[in-house]
Amino acid sequence: MAVTETRIVTNRLREFTEDSWTIDRYLATGGYDMLRQALTMQPVQIQDEQVKASGLRGRGGAGFGTGQKWSFLPKGIYPRYLAVNGDEGEPSTFKDHMLIERDPHQIIEGVVISAFAIEAHIAFIYVRGEFALGIERLEQAVADAYAKGFIGKNILGSGFDLEVVVHRGAGAYIAGDETGLLSSLEGERAMPRIKPPFPAVQGLYAKPTVVNNVETMSTVPHILRMGGEEYAKLGVGRSTGTRIFSVSGHVARPGNYEVELGITFRQLIDELAGGVRGGKQMKFFIPGGASAPWLMPEHLDAPLDMDYVGSELKTMLGSGAIMVFDEDTNPALIAWRLLKFFAHESCGKCTPCREGSMWLEKVLFRISHGLGRPQDLDMMLSFGSTIVPGLNAPFSQTTICAMGPSTMSAVVSLDRFFREEILEMCNAGAARPTIPVTSA
Amino acid sequence: MTDVNDVPKVERPPGVPMSQWPSAYEYVLPTGAPGTVTLTIDGREVKAQTGDLLIKVAQDHGTYIPRFCYHERMKPVGMCRMCLVEVEGMRGMQISCATVVADGMVVHTQSDAARQAQDGVLELLLINHPLDCPVCDRGGECPLQDTTLAFGPGESRFVEEKRHWEKPIPISELVLLDRERCIQCGRCTRFADEIAGDALIAFGSRGAHTEVITFPGDPFTSYFSGNTVQICPVGALTATPYRFRARPWDLSAVETSCTTCSVHCRGALESSSNRLVRLLGVDSEPVNHGWLCDKGRFGYEVVHSEDRVRHPMVRKNGELVECSWPEALDVAAEGLKRALELNGPKSVALLGGARGTNEDAYVWARFAKGVVGTDNVDAQLGDGIPAEVALGLPEATIADLDRAAAIVVVGLDLKEEVPVLYLRVKRAAEELGVPLIELAPRDQGLTRYASTSIRSLPGEQGETARRLADALGGARGTDAGADAAAALLEGRAGDIVVVLGRGDLAESAASTVRAATELARLPQARFIVALRRGNVRGAMDLGLAPGFLPGRVTLDAGREWFGHAWGSVPATVGLDAEGILRAAEQGRIHALMLLGTDPHDDCPDHALAEGALNAAGFTIAIDAFVTDSTKRADVFLPVTMWGEKAGSVTNLEGRVQRVGQKVSPDGTAMPDWRIAAELALRLGVDFDLEQPEEVQDEIARVAPAYTGIDSTLLRRARDGAVAPVADHRDELVLGPVSIPLTDARWEPIRPGLDAVELEDAKTANDEADALRADRLTSVAQSAGAPPAPALHRFTGGVTDTAPPARDAYALRLVTGRTLYDGGITVAASDSLSELVADPVLLISPQDRDRIGVEDGAEVRVTSARGSLTLAVRADAAIGTGTAYLPFNLPGSGVSDLVDLSTAVTDLRVESLS
Repeated sequence: MAVTETRIVTNRLREFTEDSWTIDRYLATGGYDMLRQALTMQPVQIQDEQVKASGLRGRGGAGFGTGQKWSFLPKGIYPRYLAVNGDEGEPSTFKDHMLIERDPHQIIEGVVISAFAIEAHIAFIYVRGEFALGIERLEQAVADAYAKGFIGKNILGSGFDLEVVVHRGAGAYIAGDETGLLSSLEGERAMPRIKPPFPAVQGLYAKPTVVNNVETMSTVPHILRMGGEEYAKLGVGRSTGTRIFSVSGHVARPGNYEVELGITFRQLIDELAGGVRGGKQMKFFIPGGASAPWLMPEHLDAPLDMDYVGSELKTMLGSGAIMVFDEDTNPALIAWRLLKFFAHESCGKCTPCREGSMWLEKVLFRISHGLGRPQDLDMMLSFGSTIVPGLNAPFSQTTICAMGPSTMSAVVSLDRFFREEILEMCNAGAARPTIPVTSA
Repeated sequence: MTDVNDVPKVERPPGVPMSQWPSAYEYVLPTGAPGTVTLTIDGREVKAQTGDLLIKVAQDHGTYIPRFCYHERMKPVGMCRMCLVEVEGMRGMQISCATVVADGMVVHTQSDAARQAQDGVLELLLINHPLDCPVCDRGGECPLQDTTLAFGPGESRFVEEKRHWEKPIPISELVLLDRERCIQCGRCTRFADEIAGDALIAFGSRGAHTEVITFPGDPFTSYFSGNTVQICPVGALTATPYRFRARPWDLSAVETSCTTCSVHCRGALESSSNRLVRLLGVDSEPVNHGWLCDKGRFGYEVVHSEDRVRHPMVRKNGELVECSWPEALDVAAEGLKRALELNGPKSVALLGGARGTNEDAYVWARFAKGVVGTDNVDAQLGDGIPAEVALGLPEATIADLDRAAAIVVVGLDLKEEVPVLYLRVKRAAEELGVPLIELAPRDQGLTRYASTSIRSLPGEQGETARRLADALGGARGTDAGADAAAALLEGRAGDIVVVLGRGDLAESAASTVRAATELARLPQARFIVALRRGNVRGAMDLGLAPGFLPGRVTLDAGREWFGHAWGSVPATVGLDAEGILRAAEQGRIHALMLLGTDPHDDCPDHALAEGALNAAGFTIAIDAFVTDSTKRADVFLPVTMWGEKAGSVTNLEGRVQRVGQKVSPDGTAMPDWRIAAELALRLGVDFDLEQPEEVQDEIARVAPAYTGIDSTLLRRARDGAVAPVADHRDELVLGPVSIPLTDARWEPIRPGLDAVELEDAKTANDEADALRADRLTSVAQSAGAPPAPALHRFTGGVTDTAPPARDAYALRLVTGRTLYDGGITVAASDSLSELVADPVLLISPQDRDRIGVEDGAEVRVTSARGSLTLAVRADAAIGTGTAYLPFNLPGSGVSDLVDLSTAVTDLRVESLS
């Protein structure tokens, strides 16, 4: 049985490729109807009966229950803020990019409904600075929404006020971390903050703050349209609804696919993305963005279920980005390239991540360029366990944010699946008389 | 002198990991109030307070958890990850610097996992560290070295090339940054931002290339930059005055108080080969929290200035020529005797004394008032607040700022005059939420932290204070600004702490006195009188003020008591500095003693000072430098400076603390008090004082406010003693006499005296009682002693005169002190003298446009007294109708414009272009 996409969030942008981002198209396709409906409800109703009931989990990467996150806001402390995370920086992830460019009003509607539900009167949409077209369209959409009264004072006569601010990021990966994003919004250097206090208690400007992903926000209007319980019927187990997966790498049809959670990796990669291109065999794939530990072809029949992937496969669905590599790939080279990214993007705050990523990158450079030493892999695992104590999934961490352990995913995967291959490379490298001293 | 080397070393048992060694901290950290939370650290059950941080609790109980970024006086940031520990029931490793203790918590700081984390983090910290310890100033006292030795893996597996930077780069005139050594702990950047409020350094770049940066064209010119050097856990930040001067193992230290201004921050003064090389801040809870300002930190250079006078001199054939001490003292005594014989004691005057110790002040006061018999004595120069006000207002301590209902700052710019008090007020306002009400003629350092700022033109301060006091007292509705200030106090109990100073030296002191009178009407008002000069408070307290005798008693009240103690006291109240200078100008002062003072440069009215110095009779200079004033002396008696003599000093809150001797002077300079004793001997009175301790004991016996504050108490009181000690007994922390300055100098250095264990706190109070009782008895028992006089209280009643109307073309002059001024400390310190700014007349942008000049243009400034040519600049901090010119900057000449006898100084500013 061939699977198909289940287009909920991406329906409009797939259907009306010419003008899906305009206010006219949005209104013509039932846009802002859910906002009208939401404004007649009690905020707590939206929180409990809709969002919590839908089982919606954050689409940014950590997969935390959205309704639950909202419920952590301490009672009676105002102002509260809603910050929307559109700083999609995870390598190989490109779903938010699409949503911002092609359906900005859907995000805005979700934002207004969510802000109403959590009683926030200012919402910030933090967009990755590189999304030039996305920002242009989002800003236009915000302006249109203001003009039509969907944002601003007394929205649609309900008495609810909301200001929406589009903030353009300055290009740091770490601004995609919840607290890094808040620091950046405050005008500081994007560096994650120690938790507790959690953002729900002391977030932006030390006030209670909810940080949600763009895709999460885009889903909220559909939960109201379908009803929370109805939405929860989609998906599998605690992974309800649909998710957009960005499939890239050596596949025939790379791209974003919105599918019901619970289908298998094989269905997604082979049936929707056309399988490995050029008739080659798959060597391995990365299931959840650059931060996720890798998987092998034997894992392809596992379901796209956040809990299953975490507990059984010791990795994560993360940001929903699947990278496929064919039989000709040198895994050490992939690991080095990923580490080059992490070493460059480490914010510099926590020692293990700052120094560790740099060290890993230098060692992986040598290994992948034929200059490894036999002890290098074990050495990386050894000093790497300062970043991830025990190296067991789920990764624990010695850093403030999850970027620290992310730097070890590739190395742990090399050890788990390609140990022999790496050692072989390293033994060859050991025959070389010298090792280079720089990789830049 | 008790030296650091006398202290028994902490026993370090072999075979026990360094982290388990008994720490010096166990001895010196007070253990706080009884714990309410019980937790287990490495198998030991300990008690702590709810909300305490694990790292601190462990340290207080003898378990040192290694750390780099954590600093007790700053908020935890969790950057270095060195303090990872295992907490049972919590996933992964926890940073103990940000983990709040909880009841039942079980913590392992030395488990396999914890050790592995410590090893690992250190290995990572060192991969990019250059390990250039042999040429690094930190080598030998480096926390990274020490921690690596105690907790590190011993060897590195890093074979790649390390990160490279140009080293070092200057980030200010005083501080250099070596980015290769930096371990990115963020102590310096957090200090600059959180504590100093000068966020001039920050992190730049990412990953392993993260570096501390300054912003383009904006160097790290903070007044507090030296603190970042002290708290840097590696040698990344070095200060030019100490750089390459010494190795830590060659240094010896003495605990002391900085007397650059009147805050008296605790410090550890270090020397090598009889040269002072460094002053480090010592953490004193009631005073400085470990911080120093740069002027205090680096000002020790003045001690070794080439220009110091090393031997006594007398004037022969119009020239000052070196001579022996007996000759100089004889000449001085003869001069005094002649003046006394010919014109009586009223023709003799003493100016100064604010630069010395309490012992200096007391013995000179006894000499002037008890032997010479003159009350023409003043430690101030018409630039302060009269002693009857300063010594008589209800007093607040610095720590009272933290729990005040509100803080009212009247006049002075704390950041420029008393920088570390500025830090305390800033902290109270910013961190502790105490409303800060500022009353000043212009925007200044604290303005950005003020809840409300009330501006007043010079001369109107008293009237503004009246309206504020009315509003604070409940009578609202007359002044919107005052009402807004009063509204801040709603729902807040406690004292109103008034920090009172002279914000404008061109304005008569009467204006400040009137403001004090008005605010003192409030029953909850208590005062910190913030006069800047080093020991001006101690000098006034011990009698160097007209109408006062030592121990804050008036001449009249203390006549009988001191008559008994000293033999005689002056018959009538004498002249203050202004009066002395006027009398001298008119030829009525036949002998003038200049006790470490420079009226020529320091008196706001230059013409008056100049005239007085020229017309004064026989002049004795007791000073360390030949200045514009002392160059006219007939006898020059050279004195030892701070760092060269032991003694005690009293800070602006009345806290008496010790200063230590670290080096001996070049030449034959003597402590000031000794010179007074020698002169007294030549005038026929033997004070019988040989050691500073004997002077301290005499002060404790005879000076009523200092009762009980004798040499024993001063040696044992960790944070000094606030006079009168009877009112501040609870704050006394006593310990045995020893000074174990800890090796770990980058930590908040704790005061040396062993803190009393918690359980011993009661004993300490009992001991304080006993000490006090002892001394009181000894006074009472001395035969025939009259009853002790009551301490002076200021009852108000001083009024100012309304300032004359300002004509529409005139600007009213505001002149205040700047930190780096023309004073000798700055001028004779190589590092600081570079920092003095050029004087510029600051006016409001409106006035600039009205006068029609460009920024930077030369203007002619004319007052009724004189005229100057200066550059002008517009500054929005200056109110319309006023002009600001820093006082005592080389070349500013502002004292040529001021007439001390007028209420305000009005200027005409004319464009010269």
